[in-house]
Amino acid sequence: MAVQPGAGGASLAPVQTRDERPWSYVPSAFSAPDRHDPAWQFLDLDRLAPLLDGATDAAGEQNAPSATFRPEDILSALAWQQGDHEPIVIDGEQAEPVVAVVEGTGLEPVVARNVRIEARPHSSGTVVLEYRGSASLRENVEIIVGDGAHLTVVSLQQWADDALHAAAHQAVVGRDASLKHVVVSLGGGVVRINPSVRLAGDGAETQLLGLAFADAGQHFESQVFLHHEGRRTKGNVTYKGALQGAGARTVWIGDVLIGPDAVGTDSYEQNRNLVLTEGARADSIPNLEIKTGDIQGAGHASATGRFDDEQLFYLRARGIPEDEARRLVVIGFLAEIIQQLPGEALRERLFEAVAQELSR
Amino acid sequence: MSTLEIKDLRVSVATEQGRKEILKGLDLSVRSGETHAIMGPNGAGKSTLGYALAGHPKYEIDGGSVTLDGADVLAMSIDERARAGLFLAMQYPVEIPGVTVADFLRTAKTAVSGEAPAVRTWIKEVRGSMEQLRMDRSFAERNVNEGFSGGEKKRHEILQLELLRPRFAILDETDSGLDVDALKIVSEGVNRAREATGLGVILITHYTRILRYIQPDFVHVLVDGRVAEEGGPELADRLENEGYDRFLPAGASSESA
Ligand SMILES: Nc1ncnc2c1ncn2[C@@H]1O[C@H](COP(=O)(O)OP(=O)(O)OP(=O)(O)O)[C@@H](O)[C@H]1O
Ligand SMILES: [Mg+2]
Repeated sequence: MAVQPGAGGASLAPVQTRDERPWSYVPSAFSAPDRHDPAWQFLDLDRLAPLLDGATDAAGEQNAPSATFRPEDILSALAWQQGDHEPIVIDGEQAEPVVAVVEGTGLEPVVARNVRIEARPHSSGTVVLEYRGSASLRENVEIIVGDGAHLTVVSLQQWADDALHAAAHQAVVGRDASLKHVVVSLGGGVVRINPSVRLAGDGAETQLLGLAFADAGQHFESQVFLHHEGRRTKGNVTYKGALQGAGARTVWIGDVLIGPDAVGTDSYEQNRNLVLTEGARADSIPNLEIKTGDIQGAGHASATGRFDDEQLFYLRARGIPEDEARRLVVIGFLAEIIQQLPGEALRERLFEAVAQELSR
Repeated sequence: MSTLEIKDLRVSVATEQGRKEILKGLDLSVRSGETHAIMGPNGAGKSTLGYALAGHPKYEIDGGSVTLDGADVLAMSIDERARAGLFLAMQYPVEIPGVTVADFLRTAKTAVSGEAPAVRTWIKEVRGSMEQLRMDRSFAERNVNEGFSGGEKKRHEILQLELLRPRFAILDETDSGLDVDALKIVSEGVNRAREATGLGVILITHYTRILRYIQPDFVHVLVDGRVAEEGGPELADRLENEGYDRFLPAGASSESA
């Protein structure tokens, strides 16, 4: 059992490089979430408090540590110790997606679970994690993409309005392997899905996509960490959010780290938000750290804008009624992400779901 | 036979320095099949006229009336005006990310005609018009105006004009930015619409070049928010030779060519 230096209680030093963040399998090694800690600063901690239930009497280490998953906050450590560990294995060429549904039945008790998705070397397949109903869920998703494998993982939050969901996804992508990771948050009260991806093997690639549609009172957050370790790795992070209604909130923090050995890296991250009404707020923080001089390219972009009245005017000037024109513009804005989803049926479902969000 | 009747139209726009009066009592009457050219110096209010007719929210109507066969256009919403048969080909068409031309055209056609067009004939019609406007088929799958060149945007406006079949169209500098061949192609598109549907046209332009292809019945000179002079096609030639100096207060000079 290893508690990394700095992982104990109040001694958390400011983290300089994103991969030096303290980690531990022991919940008590972490201090309670604090709004001065950048990792928690945007969350309404009172609202999140139920997820910390039982933190104090959490026992020490019970579940075995993993070579590829390291809990980086108290909720993740709690989930690791208390939750079930469910394996999903992709072997060979899987034509049909593996669908795992969590159907919440109430906010209590707090549930914890761990999913370990392993794509064996040279396999290919898709895993869709779906979330519905009401629940308080702490969760870890461990993703291993073997050499030469191609994996798509979708996390689709269609929770009821009161659900609480904090998830840490950690992925390792092997040599010449690729991971497409998509976070879609349409429902829930507070939903935080933090994906962290290591492009460990030479020639590894990833596409990290996100789509959030936050209504009044909903908080959807993703802290994304993309770590280029291997040579000639490629990464693209694109998160888009639409917000409507009082207190609708999205948070995106995108950290990209290009390590000292990651020569020939090509990396780009962007976050774009569309604020549809007054009283909604999107926070967007891109960070890029480069430790080698020899890269192909690296860049980031972040933009949060209001609904474009000129676009609306143009469509309406062609006879399209206002409601439908708004729908077209918003769906158009989000289409870039939806079009990346695997399977026509899933894409259709998502277009439908977004259209429903808009008519709320 | 329809009539678009503009009477004593007064329009202002809210600016940071307060409200600015732009149209100061404009009269214009256009009947089906007629083409009215509107010329005038930069800033005279030509685009404002187009936007005001189309119902752009930035432009405030301070007075006057606009009727289409007696119906009060100014009381209609933006999309109602389009469905009533008004069409504005914009000077600067707007880009709409994520919405393909094909989807956009079908949605607009459905809205304007009140029912979805029959799939097979519609696709044929769209392709036919695109071909005549020398637009590659691939444009149908591109996002509306996104990454289109200036000339491609203008062709796309005329494509919509042909497909939506309005009763009256305001063409705001549709000729600007077009090369010689494109000007001819686009003009032919407008002429087809005129012949096919008896379209009435308000054609805003700075150049007589387009008027050789789309012959106007009337030419109006718009200066400082009012019609300063009206005449037949010959007036356009005179303006091209003399400029607008004689309409402007002594000492002021027009920026336009
Ligand atoms: N949204 C606006 N905000 C501020 N001023 C405006 C706005 N729209 C128009 N104006 C002003 O109103 C006047 C008329 O503008 P308009 O665009 O109608 O001119 P125009 O005749 O079309 O000129 P051009 O030949 O250059 O296209 C100009 O002085 C312009 O600056
Ligand atoms: Mg103009």
